[in-house]
Amino acid sequence: MRALLEVRNLRTEFATRAGVVRAVDDVSFDVRAGETVALVGESGCGKSVTALSIMRLVPAPAGRITAGGVRFKGRDLLALPEGEMRAVRGREIAMIFQEPLTSLNPTLTIGRQLTEGPEVHLGLDPGRARARAAELLGQVGIPDAERRLCDYPHQWSGGMRQRLMIAMALACHPSLVLADEPTTALDVTIQAQILELLRELARRMDVALLLITHNLGVVARYADRVNVMYAGRIVERASARRLYAGPRHPYTAALLRSVPRLDEPRRTRLAAIEGQPPDLTRLPPGCAFAPRCAFRVARCATHRPALESVDTGEHLAACWESSRLAGAPAR
Amino acid sequence: MSRRAGSLWSPGSPRALAPPAPAEPAAGDILEVRDLVKHFPAGGGLLRGPRRVVRAVDGVSFRLRRGETLGLVGESGCGKTTVVRCILQLDRPTSGEVFFEGRDLTTLSESDLRPVRRRLQVCFQDPYGSLNPRMRVGQTLGEPLAVHGLARGRERRQRRVRELLAAVGLTSEQADRYPHELSGGQRQRVGIARALALEPAVIICDEPVSALDVSIQAQIVNLLEDLQAELGLAYLFVAHDLSVVRHISDRIAVMYLGKIVELADRNALYGSPRHPYTRALLSAVPIPDPVVEAARERIVLRGEVPGPHDPPAGCAFHPRCPIAIAACATGVPPLREVAPEHWVACIRA
Repeated sequence: MRALLEVRNLRTEFATRAGVVRAVDDVSFDVRAGETVALVGESGCGKSVTALSIMRLVPAPAGRITAGGVRFKGRDLLALPEGEMRAVRGREIAMIFQEPLTSLNPTLTIGRQLTEGPEVHLGLDPGRARARAAELLGQVGIPDAERRLCDYPHQWSGGMRQRLMIAMALACHPSLVLADEPTTALDVTIQAQILELLRELARRMDVALLLITHNLGVVARYADRVNVMYAGRIVERASARRLYAGPRHPYTAALLRSVPRLDEPRRTRLAAIEGQPPDLTRLPPGCAFAPRCAFRVARCATHRPALESVDTGEHLAACWESSRLAGAPAR
Repeated sequence: MSRRAGSLWSPGSPRALAPPAPAEPAAGDILEVRDLVKHFPAGGGLLRGPRRVVRAVDGVSFRLRRGETLGLVGESGCGKTTVVRCILQLDRPTSGEVFFEGRDLTTLSESDLRPVRRRLQVCFQDPYGSLNPRMRVGQTLGEPLAVHGLARGRERRQRRVRELLAAVGLTSEQADRYPHELSGGQRQRVGIARALALEPAVIICDEPVSALDVSIQAQIVNLLEDLQAELGLAYLFVAHDLSVVRHISDRIAVMYLGKIVELADRNALYGSPRHPYTRALLSAVPIPDPVVEAARERIVLRGEVPGPHDPPAGCAFHPRCPIAIAACATGVPPLREVAPEHWVACIRA
């Protein structure tokens, strides 16, 4: 069976003063119907640009998709006329951003913003759209929904605004939601509320989630499958259980070791990853992680390893030395 | 990082104040906050209804011992940043005392505070926002030395700047860089070096790693620990990441709506938290392990943190508390010692 979303050899580039930056480089992955897939990585790794590329929202003219394909339900999104793409956005693929305030219109009421999607995409008349809006607010846990439709975004707290974003994303029954750091701006107790809500609704409505985050704990709790990105490329992919139990890329392994865990005895010293994050304008010809890698060998500096299967079942890593990580304890 | 720069506090370099006067607070404490209150006026004025008061900090007391790290945690709006600003006298508290090296800072004039601030430094979350973008790193580090008359003379100052850069794991060449030419982690190292420049006894670290990438956070935490071991610094470590706070802190204070609700040493607070808010906070932190997460029961709190302008009567946490009883809505629970050095403000604990 075909996956719901198939990203193949995607490449997105930005023209900067320092030269062309390849923010996304040869990225391929699938999202199947109803599952939660994570794109995890640090700032600048290309995870957000990947999502924007899928939605064809890469800011032009600086940014451009220069290679690859995005198929959604078998249709090539990169080849669609803009008018048809607009019908896909919001209707079939929705997006949730980190900071809801920047994606809400401060001059329109909550009700107006929440009815727009159903009116445009589903052709509901204003009365039906308003009833649907109130129902959606109720589903995302906003009490007294009917009355709150008249509020403006600034009257709501960060957590409530993120609930509103979820309601807007789900308003037209999409089959895929791209959630880009959906809780990073929120407090930890509110984060837990929002993520539990998102998971619960996604399950109930059979929506697939592409969860974009830097938080390894969030990934562990909510993702079925995980893609780890570094310097614009996917460096490892596996089911969440397999990835956390036995990472096969040195970057994944080092990242998991570097974070302190509440469920383990305190260590005397954190296992830091030395060095600095990669400078995308000056990437080495070989593996981008090599300068920081404890496993590097001579060819890592000159030859880039491909993302290849390292085990039976789905487990891929882009590392010449990944066999040396096999069987090693994850932590 | 290697143990370096035994010379950092070189005997040749001028010391700040004389050894602390016999302190009023207990010996061993370098900083003591007593019953700190900070109210801000809100609203009021023509057609805006009655004047209200925001109780940002509402009776906070704690001690910081020499050479230790005290973690201060809580969610946004809990007042932890106001506590920091009141300690530094950037905001003058409404009432309460802040003793540092034996003197009550709340009674000192701005000019009397200047020498104190040498010994009481701060390191912010976003070094980019607190570094002058037009100053090279070397100037940024050299300026406080000049202002406070330390390391007099160009050559001595440059030597001192090189020492500071080495102490935080930067190279001498980086003295010529501007902040925008550095990565986030390197900028935070500059922020730490600047705090160290004046040989402080205490550094208040306000969310020092939360803006940094995961792979860089551990570097900075290790650096702070190395510097503490070497120089005997005390840290007030303000943060919301409970995993990092547990790693770095000896003791932890948990704040909710302007008050400390629990204060204990690390093992007690994380091993047997007594306040229901602390328990909920700890339970909300996802563990980076899918097997552990699948088996974990979570306490998901209802509702949101109420605003400090209109805190609930009684215990401020009671509307969200999973174990609240009727009495919680009427009396404000005092912070009481439920086990040695373990303080909790909850009648149900």
